[in-house]
Formats: sequence, structure tokens, C-alpha cells
Amino acid sequence: MGFVSRGFRGRPRDEGVKLPPGQYLVHDFPVLSAGPTPRIPLDRWEFAIDTEDGRTHRWSWQELMALPSETPTVDLHCVTKWSKLGTAWKGVSLDTLFADVESSAEYALVYSYGGYTTNLPVEDLLDGKAWIVYQFDGEELAAAHGGPARLLVPHLYLWKSAKWVQGIRLLNEDWPGFWETAGYHNYGDPWREQRYQGD
Amino acid sequence: MTEPAQDSYQDGNALAGPLREIFAVDVTAAAGQCVHCGLTGPVASLRVYGPAPGLVARCPACDEVVLRLVRGPESVWLDLRGTVSLRIPLPARGVPDGSEADTT
Ligand SMILES: [Zn+2]
Repeated sequence: MGFVSRGFRGRPRDEGVKLPPGQYLVHDFPVLSAGPTPRIPLDRWEFAIDTEDGRTHRWSWQELMALPSETPTVDLHCVTKWSKLGTAWKGVSLDTLFADVESSAEYALVYSYGGYTTNLPVEDLLDGKAWIVYQFDGEELAAAHGGPARLLVPHLYLWKSAKWVQGIRLLNEDWPGFWETAGYHNYGDPWREQRYQGD
Repeated sequence: MTEPAQDSYQDGNALAGPLREIFAVDVTAAAGQCVHCGLTGPVASLRVYGPAPGLVARCPACDEVVLRLVRGPESVWLDLRGTVSLRIPLPARGVPDGSEADTT
């Protein structure tokens, strides 16, 4: 990934930076995983949006690459308490992917290659708040960080930004995901420090 | 092993501390059976992923989730849905010999 750690000192932006409560700043990119890293060949990769009435919209890798891309620069906040500021990504806005999707569902269950899931309200995926990203720092996204493509929802704790994303299932009822069924907060707003159920 | 570093995991002994907080016995010595493939083996032989607060213990044979443990500041969540049962060794104790345990 070519990222050189700058250490904890010596960057002017560290001074006076406002972080969510309980977070500390890092300059490397820690890897967290709940299992083995899946390897998905691009010719077999597919992304899908499944609507609440059983219709499925699919994109191959080539089709994803052909869509208009954006280059968001965002701050990341992990529930393990590290925050990383100003990360540069390239990917497709979910507004673009949802453009032809007819749905009135309020809930989304994101699912990944390897079996991971996470849930969030559909409105948190729209209006410029979320992307399917495939580049980090100008390079293709490494498998350790969720490549070939991951969800990026930077306004929520990073466990919501599912690595190795495979699809989004739209639901009329909320369906808690992998961590949300094991004590993590259902929504996960870092600015309200919603780490655990009951926070 | 040709597995890349990012697949690194610890063995199930990493569960000893967190489980000792909630059980009176050392659960890593218990024999558990995997729901997914039926393998029976010591909890210490599971593959444990992720730093706290969330630990995911996977079966060494099929890689499916056997046990999850999330440590919050005031609670621990323990999910054993991937475990058929745990056989927990205990110190020997008087076993009923039948004469005093007639349930017929
Ligand atoms: Zn198994």
C-alpha cells in the first residue's frame, strides 16, 4: 500500500484536531479482521443490491469500473479507539448505484465475501454519505483492507464499512449484522460514542 | 505456511483471560464441538481473530465461527451458537453409585 508511517509526532495537523470521544490518532492503518481474508478474482467478483420485493441489481467488476467515480477524502474512526484522518479513496457513490433501484425499504443489511454482515439504515447509505471504494491512496485496495472493493461509510464506526463487500440487502425490518448481534451498538455513531448495546 | 500476515490469528489460549472473567473454570481446557462440521477439540485449538473488544474464534477444520466474545466496559457478550456443546473437565467428585440416586 506504500503508506509510510509518520509516527505520532511532527504533523502540524495533530495539534488541536478534534476527535470523537475516547479516540486517539494513528498514522498507520491497523488491520482488524474477524476471519481469514477472502480472495476474490475480479472475473468472478460481483456486487448486488437486493430489493425487499426480491429483485436483484448486479454489477460485474467491469460494470463498476465504467460508472462515474468519486474521490472522497474522509476521517476513519474504529471502535478499537483509533482514528485516522484524511484518508483518500476512489470509488462509486451509492447514490449512483441506487439510481435505478426502486425500493421503499428503510433498512439495509450489507453482506461480504467471507460471510461478514453489518446493518444500517438505508438513509445512511445515500446523499453522498457512502461509497463502494476500490482504491486507497492512489493504489488498488489491498485485500487486507477489504479489496478488491469495500463499503465506505465514514460517519459511522469502521465496522460498518464492510470489507470485501458483496451486496446490500434492502429490508422492511432491521436485521442486526455480525457484530450487532454480539454486543456492538446497532447504529455506531462515533461522535455519540455508540460502541456497545446500551451506549 | 504460505498464508499472508494479515490472516494471522492466535490460538484459543487467547480466550483464557476473557473467559476466566466469566467462568469459574478454565474453559480453554474444555472440549467443544463445532456446529458446522462436527469437529470436537479443545477450545485452546480454535483460531482467534481480532483484537478486543471483539474476539472471533473459528474452527480449525472448517473456519466457521464457533464462539464470539465482546468485552464492553460493563458487560461481556458471549455467543456460543457455533458450539454444539462444551465438555468441561472438573475435579473428581463423588459420583452417585445408584443406591442413593434411585429416580425410578
Ligand atoms: Zn468446524
